[in-house]
Amino acid sequence: MSDTVAKVDRHLFSPFNIVAGLIVIMGGVLTVLRFKGGLATVTNLSDYNPWGIWIGFDLLVGVALAAGGYVTSAAVYLFGMKKLHGAVRPAILTGFLGYALVVLALHYDVGRPWRLPYPFIMQSGTTSLLFEVAACVALYLTVLFVEFSPAALEWLGLKRARSLVVKLTILLTIFGVVLSTLHQSSLGALFLIAPSKLHPLWYSSYLPVYFFITSIIAGLSMVIFEGSLSHRYFADKMDAQHLAEKDTLALSFGKAAAFVLAGYFMIKMIGVAASDNWHYLATGYGAWFLVEMLGFVALPAFLYAVGVRERNVKLIRVTAAWTVLGIIVNRFNICLVAFNYRLPSAERYFPHWMEIGISVFIVTVGLILFKFIVTRMPILYEHPDYESH
Amino acid sequence: MSISRRKFLGWMSAAGTATLIGRRSQAATTHHFEGYPGSMGVLHDITRCIGCRRCEAACNKVNELPPPEKPFDDLSVLDKQRRTHAGAYTVVNRHEIDGVAGSAVFNKKQCNHCLEPACASVCFVRAFSKTPKGPVIYNESVCVGCRYCMIACPFEIPAYTYDDPLTPRVTKCTMCYPRLQKGLLPGCVDSCPTEALVFGQRDHLIKLARQRIEKYPDKYIDHIYGEREMGGTSWLYISGVPFESLGMRMDLGVTPAPDLTAGALGAVPMVVGLWPVLLTGIYAVSQRKEKIAAEEQAAAVSQAVTQAEAEASAKLAAAKQKAETEKQAAIEKEVKKALAEAVKAQEEAAKARQVEAEAEPKAPATDPEPN
Repeated sequence: MSDTVAKVDRHLFSPFNIVAGLIVIMGGVLTVLRFKGGLATVTNLSDYNPWGIWIGFDLLVGVALAAGGYVTSAAVYLFGMKKLHGAVRPAILTGFLGYALVVLALHYDVGRPWRLPYPFIMQSGTTSLLFEVAACVALYLTVLFVEFSPAALEWLGLKRARSLVVKLTILLTIFGVVLSTLHQSSLGALFLIAPSKLHPLWYSSYLPVYFFITSIIAGLSMVIFEGSLSHRYFADKMDAQHLAEKDTLALSFGKAAAFVLAGYFMIKMIGVAASDNWHYLATGYGAWFLVEMLGFVALPAFLYAVGVRERNVKLIRVTAAWTVLGIIVNRFNICLVAFNYRLPSAERYFPHWMEIGISVFIVTVGLILFKFIVTRMPILYEHPDYESH
Repeated sequence: MSISRRKFLGWMSAAGTATLIGRRSQAATTHHFEGYPGSMGVLHDITRCIGCRRCEAACNKVNELPPPEKPFDDLSVLDKQRRTHAGAYTVVNRHEIDGVAGSAVFNKKQCNHCLEPACASVCFVRAFSKTPKGPVIYNESVCVGCRYCMIACPFEIPAYTYDDPLTPRVTKCTMCYPRLQKGLLPGCVDSCPTEALVFGQRDHLIKLARQRIEKYPDKYIDHIYGEREMGGTSWLYISGVPFESLGMRMDLGVTPAPDLTAGALGAVPMVVGLWPVLLTGIYAVSQRKEKIAAEEQAAAVSQAVTQAEAEASAKLAAAKQKAETEKQAAIEKEVKKALAEAVKAQEEAAKARQVEAEAEPKAPATDPEPN
C-alpha cells in the first residue's frame, strides 16, 4: 500500500496532484472574484448574518482542530508522557498550518484584510473578546512557528540555531498552553455578547469553558485521527519509533478523550440546569441539541472507553473521526444553526457555493503544505544526526 | 532553564498587569452608568407616527445616501417589514395590530444610541465611540471589517456595504452628529410633520414621556422603551400598543452589553497569572517523579549489586573455609595414616627381630638384617 502510494506520488500527475491542482485553480479564480467584486459577489452574508462559514468553519472549527499542538506538547513535555514523543512534531506541524490557514481565511472574510494588524498598530479595543482572540492567535502562531522550526532547521542543517530553539521547548510549551487556553475560550466568549440571538440551549455564561474543554477533545481526537491518516499515506516516512508508538498514542489519547468527553457532558448538563432550560429540550431545537449531546458527546465518550478497555485501536480511530465531526457540528450550531434562531427562514443564512469553494481551497492548501513538509523534513521520523528533545 | 522560566514568569505577570490596566472588567460591582450628564436623545412617540416616511427621505438627504429603488412617497414599501441597511440608516415599518386592517401602527427604526453600546464594547479597534453628547459614532478609517458589531447589536442596526470591494464599511445612524455639532437638529426630527420625534436632553425626554403616560393613561402603555433596555438607550419610545407587537424585543434585559463579557475578560489576567505557575508545577512534578523513579532504580540496582557481592564473598569465604577444613582434615588423615604406618612398620620390625632372635639366638650382633 505505502509502496504504491510512494511510487504514484513521484509522478506529477498523481490523482492527489490533479485534484489538488484543480481545487487550487478554482481557489485562485474565486480569490480574484472575492477581491474584485467584494464580499457580496461570492458570499450569502447579509446584514442579519454577518458571519458565515468562513467564521463558523475556517475560524472556529479551524482553531479547535488545530488544538492538537498544545494538547500533545503539554502531554509530552509538561505531563511527562514521554512515550508519545513521536506524536509531537506532526501535531505541532498541523497546529502551525491550521493557525496559518485560519489567518489566511480571515483575509477573505474581513472587509479590509490589509488592516488586520490595526488592532495592534493603530488603536486597541481591549474590551473586545475579539482583541484577545486576535492577540493570542497572532502570538500563538509565532509560538507554533518557533516550535515547528527545529524540524525545518534540521532539514536545512542549521545545527546551532536548532539547538538554541530546542532549549526553549518547555518555555514555549507553557506559553502555548496559556495562549491556547485564552483564545480557545475567547472564541466561545465572543458569543456572550448576544444572548438575544443565540438559542438558550447553546447560549450559556459557561461558553468560554465549553469552548476550552471541547478544544482539548478536538486536539486529542484530531491527533489520533490524523495519526491514522499519516500512517496510511506516509508509513514509508515513519521510523520504527513512530510505528511502534502509534497504538500507545491511540490508547492513551483515547483514554484521555473518554474522560474529558464525560466531563464535558456533565458541565453541559449543568449549564442546562443552571439556566433551567429543560423545557426547550421538547422543541425542535431541543431535539437537535440532544443529537449533539448524545450522538456527538455521550456516544464517543462511551466508544472511546470501550475501545481503550478492549484495546481496540480501530474502534478508537473511528471514534476519533466521529468526535472531530462532532466538533464541527458544535461550532456550526453555535455560529450558524442556533444563531439568529428567531429570524424567519427567509432571512436565515445558507452558504453560497463559492464560500464553500474558498473553504475547500484553504483546506487543500493545508494538505498540500502538510504533504510537502512531511515528505521533506523530519516530522514522522527522528533525524539521525540529532538527539530528540 | 531556570533563568528562562523566571524571565518567562516575569513577562507573564507584566502582560497580566498590562491587561488589567485600562480595562473595566469587574462584573459584580455596584457600578451603574446613567449616561453622560446632559447628553442628548430623541423621544419617539409611536402614537403620533403616521408612516409618511419623510424622516427616511430627510435621512437619505442629509447623509447623502444613494437614491432608493422606490421613491419615499411610495408607501407600498411599507407592505414589507424592513430593517436598516447600507442605503438606509432609518426605516419606518407598519404593524397591523391583531390582524385588524386599518389599525396600523407605525414605528421608526434606527440606531438607539445605547448608553453603553454593544458595538463599541466589542470593536477591537475602537471604531465606535459613545460621545458625551449622546450619539454613538463610527470611525471608518480604522475599521477592519470583522462585523462583530453586527453580531453584537441587540437591535440589529449596523449594516455593511458588502458590494464594495475596496472600502467596505459599517453603516448606521449617527444621530446626525455632524449636524448637532453645527447646532442643527437630526434630519429625521427636523422633518417630522407630527412631532412624533422630539430631540432633547435624555433626562428631560424621560420626564416628558412620563408626563404623557400619566396624562393619558388610556392612550399609552406604561413603559418607556429605552429607559432601561440594555442598560438604557439615548433613543426612547412610548407606545399605545405592546412593544412586542411592533417587533421590539422586551426580553433584552437591563444589563448593559459590556457586562455580558466582563466576566470572561476578567478571567484573562487570572489565566495569565496562574496557568504558568500551575503548568510549571505540573512540569516540576513530572520531572521530580522521573528523577525519583531514576533514583529509586539506581538505588535498587546498587542494592542488588551490593547484596550480590556480599553473597558472593560470603560464598567464597565459606568455600575457602570448607577447603581449608578439608585440607586440614586431609593433612591430619595423612599424618595419622603415616603415623599408623610408621607404628605398624615398627611393630613389624620388632616382631621380625624377635622371630630372628628366637630362631638364631647365637647370631652375631654385627650381622644386621639385609633388608
